[in-house]
Amino acid sequence: MERRASFRHWWIGIAFAVPQIVLIFTFFYWPAGQAVYWSMTLQQPWGGGNIWVGFDNFRQIFADALYWNSVALSTVFALFSTVLSMGLALMLAVFVDRELTGSKIYRVVMIWPYGIAAPALALAFRFIMAPEAGFLSFVNRLWPGLWDPGLDGTDAMISVIVAFSWKYVGYDFVFFLSALQGIPKALKEAAALDGAGWLRRLWDVQLPLLTPTVFFLLVIDITESFQDSFGIVDIMTSGGPARATELMVYKIYFDGFKGLDYSGAAAQSIILMGLIVALTVLQFRFIERRVHYK
Amino acid sequence: MADISLRKVAKSYGKTSVVEALDLDIHSGEFIVVLGPSGCGKSTLLRMIAGLEEISGGEIAIEDRVVDRLEPRERGCAMVFQNYALYPHMTVADNIGYSLKVAGVPKAERRARIEKVAATLALDTLLDRRPAQLSGGQRQRVAMGRAMIREPKVFLFDEPLSNLDAKLRVQMRIEIRKLHNRLAATSIFVTHDQVEAMTLADRIVVMNAGKVEQVGTPLDLWNRPASRFVAGFVGSPPMNLVEATIAADGAGVLADGTRIDLPEHRLARDAAVIVGVRAEDVRIGPAVNDPRLVLGVEFIERLGSASLVHGRLAGADFVVTAPPALAEGAPEGLALTLPVDRLHLFDAVDGRRIETDASSVEALPIAFETVAAPAL
Repeated sequence: MERRASFRHWWIGIAFAVPQIVLIFTFFYWPAGQAVYWSMTLQQPWGGGNIWVGFDNFRQIFADALYWNSVALSTVFALFSTVLSMGLALMLAVFVDRELTGSKIYRVVMIWPYGIAAPALALAFRFIMAPEAGFLSFVNRLWPGLWDPGLDGTDAMISVIVAFSWKYVGYDFVFFLSALQGIPKALKEAAALDGAGWLRRLWDVQLPLLTPTVFFLLVIDITESFQDSFGIVDIMTSGGPARATELMVYKIYFDGFKGLDYSGAAAQSIILMGLIVALTVLQFRFIERRVHYK
Repeated sequence: MADISLRKVAKSYGKTSVVEALDLDIHSGEFIVVLGPSGCGKSTLLRMIAGLEEISGGEIAIEDRVVDRLEPRERGCAMVFQNYALYPHMTVADNIGYSLKVAGVPKAERRARIEKVAATLALDTLLDRRPAQLSGGQRQRVAMGRAMIREPKVFLFDEPLSNLDAKLRVQMRIEIRKLHNRLAATSIFVTHDQVEAMTLADRIVVMNAGKVEQVGTPLDLWNRPASRFVAGFVGSPPMNLVEATIAADGAGVLADGTRIDLPEHRLARDAAVIVGVRAEDVRIGPAVNDPRLVLGVEFIERLGSASLVHGRLAGADFVVTAPPALAEGAPEGLALTLPVDRLHLFDAVDGRRIETDASSVEALPIAFETVAAPAL
């Protein structure tokens, strides 16, 4: 069946598309194009023209050990936060799917963290993680000096990972739950009659059928961990201590707006964009093959 | 092989009762068909036996062991689901062998048993396929294989043929019955298709609105339906049912005042009854001295071997089986005779069967000679 609408005049369809095109162009293609242009030039911080430098900005960045440090940190951050948020979300979704007590309430509550702006949640976590008075201060009471995200880079990294994961657990949970509930009940019943207990059913029947969702969330979470981490890092650690949480997206902001190196920051954001595109392509190329679609 | 006994088994969701205090004894090796319209509780009954549904009251015992509180896997039942419920991410071999894998059967033995089952179901060339690559009939056979490989004591079938096309359904029906004859496991088969029930069952359980209407062999149901519901549900076309009242002399008076002779009964005058007669038991042509019974013909269904004449008799829908020749030039009215010994009477209020002297008339025994089957 032909499902496309057809219009009497050729321009009507285009007219409908114009608002969307204008928005995308104004807020995506234009700034992105501008960033590409800036990355090839040397911009004056207070205006007053620029000089064309070709790929010099990129060469400088790739020669900078601090930049590679931020790439490594971002990779660690992406890996741990994705695994943590997806793992927890899956566990919670399985509980809700089994309709354990209270599942109706936290099915609703779970999505809320995703609706909280990153700076607000980062502020909350800053208090929770505070070594002297926060939730975790009891650790220091037992083992003085063990926990201090203000001085210890690893502690700081753990803090931002936990905060970021907390936000994405709810998001991942909603997708996992709907996927779990989309699995025909008869499949679980068949497995139960075949002798499988609930853990075995989960492992043999439900998880394999969740792989499309796992794949989707993997792409989204990794992409978001490169981009959406800015607010959390800025409020919680400002990239510190000693650049221990200076993720790529935070370094772009810091070099650009604090260091006034617009061109370098523009070049970094082009690299980040390229990296995310490459990662997404890689994931589709290699992981999607292992995904079972029904 | 196992006896199954249900004692006052009930199921309700909140205040809605789905199955009401149901008693049933199933003998070891028997093929039982639970027949009923959708929503009568027949699938719920099956799922309660399987352990997929908790019972709200009563007791279920398999082989004298009460299984009410046991997990499905501990009950020794295998089930074939309506939509087959094959694991979409596993191959045919893995689907069939999953229960063995769970049970920890070594790989080599597993493989051997899978191949044996697959061979009996003609699936041996499809073992590496995924369910999505199979036809409906093949999926059905995989579902059967998955149940068979466990060598269960009890086979449960939940409308397994309803997703197949008509031709395949007949074929699979025969396969299932042959399989049962070979394996001799107790089988419970749920369906709303009375032809499936009649052809498969040793005994049929007819259910309506959560209650058992009748339990009996296919011929019991055919010859002596226990209620108006069974009479109207079993048989194609279903039995004709016409309202009547009893006259002073014991004859029946139809709604339009026509008198018909009834079998000997003990009903009081003015009692309201339902007279039932099967389409093929009605004789075409007026009875001697009795030309009053005329069917107002509406249309004729031609089946080839016979024609079904649909019409109205005393305000009720009525069907008569006629010779195929009648298909040409349908008459407007058809004089009928209702043979007294072929009439069934039901109570007009509760629908139960009223015993008459005709009730003892079973299918006429036919004498035939038993001959040894020729050697193949």
